Amino acid sequence: MARLLMKGNEAIAEAALRAGAKGYFCYPITPQSEVAEYLARRMPEVGGVFLQGESEVAVSNMLFGAASTGKRVFTTSSSPGISLMQEAISYIAGAQLPVVFVNIMRAGPGLGGILPAQSDYFQATKGGGHGDYRVLVLAPSTIQEGADLMMLAFHLADKYRNPVMMIGDGMIGQMMEPVEFPEEYKEPPLPPKDWAATGAKGREALVIKSLFLDPFLLEKNSWVLQEKYEQMKREEVRFELYKVNPQNEILIVAYGTTARICQTAIDELEQEGVSVGLLRPITLFPFPEKQINKEAKKKNIKVVLTIEMSTAQMMEDVEKAVLGAKPVKFFGRTGGIVPSPDEVKEAALKLIKDKTRSARGTKRN
Amino acid sequence: MTDSQASIFTRPEALRDVVTHYCPGCTHGVIHRLVAEVLDELGIRERTLGVAPVGCSVFIYNYINCDFLEAAHGRAPAFATGFKRLRPDMIVFTYQGDGDLASIGMAEIVHAANRGEKFTTIFVNNAVYGMTGGQMAPTTMPNQVTTTCPLGRDVTDVGYPIRMAELLATSRTPGYIERVAVHSPRHIIQAKRAIRKAFTYQKEDRCFSLVEVLSTCPTNWGKTPAEAAQWLNDEMIPYYPLGCFKEPNNEGEG
Repeated sequence: MARLLMKGNEAIAEAALRAGAKGYFCYPITPQSEVAEYLARRMPEVGGVFLQGESEVAVSNMLFGAASTGKRVFTTSSSPGISLMQEAISYIAGAQLPVVFVNIMRAGPGLGGILPAQSDYFQATKGGGHGDYRVLVLAPSTIQEGADLMMLAFHLADKYRNPVMMIGDGMIGQMMEPVEFPEEYKEPPLPPKDWAATGAKGREALVIKSLFLDPFLLEKNSWVLQEKYEQMKREEVRFELYKVNPQNEILIVAYGTTARICQTAIDELEQEGVSVGLLRPITLFPFPEKQINKEAKKKNIKVVLTIEMSTAQMMEDVEKAVLGAKPVKFFGRTGGIVPSPDEVKEAALKLIKDKTRSARGTKRN
Repeated sequence: MTDSQASIFTRPEALRDVVTHYCPGCTHGVIHRLVAEVLDELGIRERTLGVAPVGCSVFIYNYINCDFLEAAHGRAPAFATGFKRLRPDMIVFTYQGDGDLASIGMAEIVHAANRGEKFTTIFVNNAVYGMTGGQMAPTTMPNQVTTTCPLGRDVTDVGYPIRMAELLATSRTPGYIERVAVHSPRHIIQAKRAIRKAFTYQKEDRCFSLVEVLSTCPTNWGKTPAEAAQWLNDEMIPYYPLGCFKEPNNEGEG
């Protein structure tokens, strides 16, 4: 199929349809309302359901009902809206239903602003709702990857019967780039959806629920969930390396749009004779811990630098991955400000200077 | 069902043969039975999905024999909307108490009704939060004593009880809304008729339907079952008048 020039929000919407989504429920919020506008026209063309709900609270609970049919369903929102959906996400995880959520992140806390941010990292990866659960988190850095991961998200949601959340900063939603869709979306086989509520005809009635008043049954359900998360850690870790080589002095860890800015900085630093590599997590849960640990431990790496459009949220996971093998430093902008390649370069060069000074016995920064 | 069968009192197929957890004198059991009878009579049990609330009747799925979802508190109309939109061929009902529907779930029920979602809501109004132990509900009567209004509901402080049937009937969107009670055999027969009508409208793909059922809670009212039935009759019905507030063919007149 020919390459199309598409806005991120529209590419995400189209990708969902290509993956067989049959239900979309939404509430308008900047900077992702184009998804709803696109699907208001497109959903009826593919025989699917489009519904604008009265709030994100209602929308996310509609998704519980809709997912119970066994059909693929999803929503898109932005940070304050995703906060309102946390109630249902917890219930959906507890009841083991497949639902895809997209968070085109804007800066918080509170009403915050409408410019790009990555400040919902904790909310996405550590579970924003109550209870022992996780959502599988995907983080694209290009529009093409946004489309590809959106299709994958439906597969993974079905595979694990668990919420999957794709998070992109506002740039991923608003930017236009060429994107190509497969003629036909192909995916590995999935088990039959015998858990779906289809009416008690010729079988016992079933209940889709998250209530287990007996603590032993609730604990059992929690271990079933935990086993799924362990399986995700074994099978779903995705990441990309950029210019990682034995000359690297610094390993940068960054995701989403931030990682692309880091690539530009790395290219320029290379021209200036400074070698820096990038590890870009594509899954934020499961987090590429082992891979970061492996790269950080390499002899040539003096320091690991985490770069975010938030205030050292992912850094906590990077520190946990590095396990003290090397110092972990942070540079970030937040509040809707996108770091420039020059700022990234400066942050990296400062670390090298500090390291050199420290090697000469001067005071360490 | 043939006439000879109808004359014999049997357990509906849609009602499981189990003992309920409800308190003595509570009318949830009666309402469950009426719903089950209607599912049988309309022959829809095998294509019905119930949505259970948070409250005393959360375990309705242990008693009514059809597929169920268990909703978050107040969100049953959103669950029902999502499900019914993707499976319009199925029959969907929510079963909700007054705290669930009229307090935390006010937005969900108002918008579902106003969109004309084609599911049925059985709204059980017993003027109190039952499961949590008798706190004030939005439907608690003026001066009624509960654990969170120990001196009685002070309407100058927390306002008057909400009349949901009347409120929902103001919508321009076609719908069927009726209030009934289940404290006497005569009222139970009327309630059955309304519940059957509500499910029939849905079966015919006509409109949203809601039956508000005035119900007793002797435990949290601090009354015997007989006193509770009398109190419902004397105190609740004058404030919550029985009758049909909206028919799908007289929209906008509610």
